[in-house]
Amino acid sequence: MARLTVRKTYKLYIGGAFVRSESGRADPLGEINIPRASRKDVRDAVAAARKAQARWAALTAYNRGQILYRAAEALESRRAQIEAVLSEDGAGGGEAVAELDAACDVLVHYAGWTDKLQSVLGGVNPVASPFLSFSLPEPTGVVGIVAADRPALLGLVAELAPALAAGNAVVAVVSRSAPRAALDFAEALGVSDLPAGVVNLLSGRLTEVGCALGAHRDLNAIVDVSADAELGAELDRLAAETIKRASHHPVAGSYEQATEPALERIAALTELKTAWHPVGV
Amino acid sequence: MSRRLAHVDRVGVAERAAQLGRRSIKTTAKQQGIRIAVSVMDLTTLEGSDTAGKVRQLCAKAVCPAPTLPEIPSVAAVCVYPSLVGVAREALAGTGVRTASVATGFPAGQVSLAAKLRDTGDAVQDGAQEVDMVISREAFLAGDDARVMHEIEAVREACGEAHLKVIIETAELGSYEHVRHASMLAMEAGADFIKTSTGKAAAGATPEVCLVMLEAIRDYTERSGRIVGFKAAGGVSNTKAALHRLVLVKETLGDEWLTPARLRIGASSALNDLLMQYAKTQTGRYARGEDFSLE
Repeated sequence: MARLTVRKTYKLYIGGAFVRSESGRADPLGEINIPRASRKDVRDAVAAARKAQARWAALTAYNRGQILYRAAEALESRRAQIEAVLSEDGAGGGEAVAELDAACDVLVHYAGWTDKLQSVLGGVNPVASPFLSFSLPEPTGVVGIVAADRPALLGLVAELAPALAAGNAVVAVVSRSAPRAALDFAEALGVSDLPAGVVNLLSGRLTEVGCALGAHRDLNAIVDVSADAELGAELDRLAAETIKRASHHPVAGSYEQATEPALERIAALTELKTAWHPVGV
Repeated sequence: MSRRLAHVDRVGVAERAAQLGRRSIKTTAKQQGIRIAVSVMDLTTLEGSDTAGKVRQLCAKAVCPAPTLPEIPSVAAVCVYPSLVGVAREALAGTGVRTASVATGFPAGQVSLAAKLRDTGDAVQDGAQEVDMVISREAFLAGDDARVMHEIEAVREACGEAHLKVIIETAELGSYEHVRHASMLAMEAGADFIKTSTGKAAAGATPEVCLVMLEAIRDYTERSGRIVGFKAAGGVSNTKAALHRLVLVKETLGDEWLTPARLRIGASSALNDLLMQYAKTQTGRYARGEDFSLE
């Protein structure tokens, strides 16, 4: 008997759920439809991230590391499918395999950082009075990411992993020309014990969602890897208006580029809290 | 004891309540809706952990919800437990914001009538201008309408000048027929307002029970000529829900009910969402929680 093939409808990933765009819109990519997120999807995603962030940060650092490691495992177990998608979307000649390798390794790399941040970034400060003064890194909060267009998967993971390792929640705009791999990666995240809402992935047009993300006052930082000077300037302007950290990263195309200044990437998305405690009284 | 109840069409109620929630309310209409919602709000704190300091802070917020948005009006009233009425009354003196108190063994009402009257008397003596009482669900569910009405009448008398809001706690009544019947009993017994819920039960002021109660008010007012107000409390946690309740009231009872004298929305968390949404209509930017004070 002839069987109808079951085709996959790609969805946004908001608050741990796979949803269509609130606007009902989609953009065709070859024969399939990719949801086109609206500014209201951005609003919903930021609300979900805000709700989830405290819980994520409150997990023990060790537990966060385990969960990031599990995300790498889940990605690894789906590699055949995601590699195929990457190749169809233009990553040919072994590029897809290398990209998958790098993406998994980057997740494992940052999983190892979670329980070391406190010692490396914080510490006891020398002070000239009878106080114990110590500093602790705390997550910046909700981080917006405008991911690189290519590489479609690694470009996202390279920005996502350090933000998560620091205890932030993330709302990311995925690759515009090849969004499928990132949306497939959402399914791996969905089975990684990551609390719902800690990662939210949106596909859509930069002019629409990029600026909506930059303009949302409840975002604490924005990381722009779009390599689009005009958008970058607009995001800077919006970040200044709504008081958030803005940074522009070069595209990370390999494991080395995604991890070489690993600590700097993480530290940029933390805030140091210093406490003074009287001693010898 | 048994009673015969007028039938309420469940499907029709659900359909109409949902339909009235689908209106698109944007820009200036939204701003106006938000201003009305704030002006009819009973800003409420009913926790075991309430303190005088917390109530004073809440009162300051009630008088001026958002210093950065001067066109936002004061709320209608601050609603607290009887022991904190004195604090609230003092903090609200001369502001036009009224002091409301829950009473009669709120939220369960499982105490003797004498204790209920004493509770009410204490609140009124301390300066409560409005009293939110609970009906005896125990008597209502046993079919003892006479006792339910007698208690309301007695509390009505103990209130003196204070306005009486009667909470029927819809989530515990079982059906829309009972909600309508309890509403009618409360109004017959002299309630100035009928109120959906305590906010402590599993469900609160769902659009459906609001509609059933509003229709009861409409029918009672037509029949008797006496104006009765409506208070939606419990579960109205954001702007969308608040505007939905306003639409229900406007379409069932008319514009003249959209004033603090005839309508209240009991809420605590909805106020900040209203302010954030109002700010969004002005700046075009989604607001953050820290933009407004917690209480």
